[in-house]
Amino acid sequence: MIVADVTPRDLRRQLRGPGLRLRTGPFVTKIRSRLCAVADGITLHYAAHAVEDDGGFADFHVSVERPRGLRRWLSPQVEFRFDGNPTFAPLPGDQGFPMLEWGLNWCVSSYCHQFLIVHAAVLEREGRALVLAAPSGSGKSTLCAGLAFRGWRLLSDELALIEVASGQIIALPRPISLKNQSIDVVRAFASQAVFGPVVHETMKGSVAHVRPPFDAVLRAAEPAVPGWVVLPRFAAGADARLEPLPKARAFMCLVDNAFNYHVQGRDGFHALARLIDGSDCYGFSYSRLDDAAEIFESLAERKSDPL
Amino acid sequence: MSLRRPDLVIAALRDPTQLTAASPATWDLLIRQSRSADLLARIASLLHERELLETIAPAARTHLLSARTLAFAQQDEVRREVAHIACALHSLSVPVVLLKGAAYLLAGLPAALGRTFADVDILVPRSRLAEVEAALMLAGWATTHHSQYDQRYYRQWMHELPPLQHVRRQTILDVHHAILPVTARLKPDSRKLLLAALALPGEQGLHVLAPVDMVLHSMTHLFHNEEMGHGLRDLSDLDRLLRHFATTAEFWNALVERAGELNLSRPLYYGLHQTRSLLGTPVEKSVLAAACHAAPAEPLRSVMNWLWSQALGSPHVSTAGPTTGVALFALYVRAHWLRMPPALLLRHLAIKAVTKRRPLA
Repeated sequence: MIVADVTPRDLRRQLRGPGLRLRTGPFVTKIRSRLCAVADGITLHYAAHAVEDDGGFADFHVSVERPRGLRRWLSPQVEFRFDGNPTFAPLPGDQGFPMLEWGLNWCVSSYCHQFLIVHAAVLEREGRALVLAAPSGSGKSTLCAGLAFRGWRLLSDELALIEVASGQIIALPRPISLKNQSIDVVRAFASQAVFGPVVHETMKGSVAHVRPPFDAVLRAAEPAVPGWVVLPRFAAGADARLEPLPKARAFMCLVDNAFNYHVQGRDGFHALARLIDGSDCYGFSYSRLDDAAEIFESLAERKSDPL
Repeated sequence: MSLRRPDLVIAALRDPTQLTAASPATWDLLIRQSRSADLLARIASLLHERELLETIAPAARTHLLSARTLAFAQQDEVRREVAHIACALHSLSVPVVLLKGAAYLLAGLPAALGRTFADVDILVPRSRLAEVEAALMLAGWATTHHSQYDQRYYRQWMHELPPLQHVRRQTILDVHHAILPVTARLKPDSRKLLLAALALPGEQGLHVLAPVDMVLHSMTHLFHNEEMGHGLRDLSDLDRLLRHFATTAEFWNALVERAGELNLSRPLYYGLHQTRSLLGTPVEKSVLAAACHAAPAEPLRSVMNWLWSQALGSPHVSTAGPTTGVALFALYVRAHWLRMPPALLLRHLAIKAVTKRRPLA
């Protein structure tokens, strides 16, 4: 059963009561929330995701609720809890869905050390992964959203899950989080993209989520092998430029953007070395998504040797 | 009589082999409970030790392996941190005694199995405290509590300096000069502990407490703690220490005798009684009988044992019964009562109540 098969009433009943067991990639998360924004967000963004039967195993137990206290009547807040424990400071009351998304990222990066986890977007073409690694604000999610609607399969917008044992990159297709101007950029670029409501004045500015393409969700069980590692940078007004990057620099950039490199020790070094060895590495600066889509199209075609 | 609801972690610690038959729903709860108690990596390691990890359902196994990976990383970090500490204090030629987790780890004791870490604790002679602090500051450790009252609280009344944090590595170091506060009811003599400490082979200047002292410190720490978040973890450490040292002849007699010398017979009684009743630690009858001499008189004895049995579990919402909160609060009050004389305690609580809202400069 997928979320779209659950009636809105039943979805709300599960979220308020026992919890909705939502499958995202390799994880099952039991989500509880009385907030309409969370129920609506899940209905819109996770429509194609599977709902697991009650009574089995869940990887994470989370909730997004209004904290108790007088304050809820004056200026309501929302709070993310991991297995009953508040994990972050509460946020303003309309940020329930973004908070769920940030909380889910936190669960994975804090507890899933079977993966080397890099803060990066990942897309796939013919079984090969394109890893876009960069700090926040470098246009990574914009580029990811653009490519996800131009022939690339979305693996993840935020978290590159590199399986330490196999070196494969595991898909975790979830909503793409866009900030500020990039919301309108992607709206203009991909008319088929489905947006949730824009939430203003978050810690990252205005935020809107884009529903992951159905195809990406349906193929979430297909991993990818290393293909390309690209460090994107948005440069206002500039022409798109793709330049080869020394592998050592690409390696260190992934270390800088990794959540748990320090936890993985020697295995983490080898997993990352394997990813870099198997990938063509580039630096990429751009200002227009159309140029970017074209350049990545030719990049995909150039790598012709079959797997 | 236990009013707590089933604690799967206690059952798993007592008999890890039963986990091979656990259903996915049981694992779902067990993983959450053991995470709350910081014991997931220990349970993973107990299964690994018995070569049973492969028999566990994959969804649960993944979390067990992940917890082990994190514990190994923390253990590596503690080893590095201890090397940094030894290096910083090397020129002072002061005996540095590792306490608790770091000691179990560096001494290669079974209590280090699947142990996770938040900080490193060391014990140094009180007479050398100023030099030690200065040397650590030179090497990059800085104090964390900046209000004048907090500094005074630690330096005048406690058994440790305010926690130090390394400015670059962000690691926390607790420097103790005793195992209980200066103001506490019980006054174990730190000089006796330092005198009996054992040098760690191959680790210059580093020591660990002698086995009996290590056990007594572990018990004293646990049964004076105001906060039971790590209660079950500490009890499991104790269980593993006792099972390990019990194989040495004379350990049990030496333990009882040493407890008397150090004024720690009461914590010994609680320690033996609770490990035995909650985790099934084998304790000889004669030893238990000897330890019972230091037990409080009835009805206090039954009340205390009931309180411990209520408080020493996974701090997870699923294990709490109707009286768990009351028990935890009673032990919180008791810990403060034992820590300071009443007048000083009242003053401390009054100052804390005021400064909580308006921190003193």
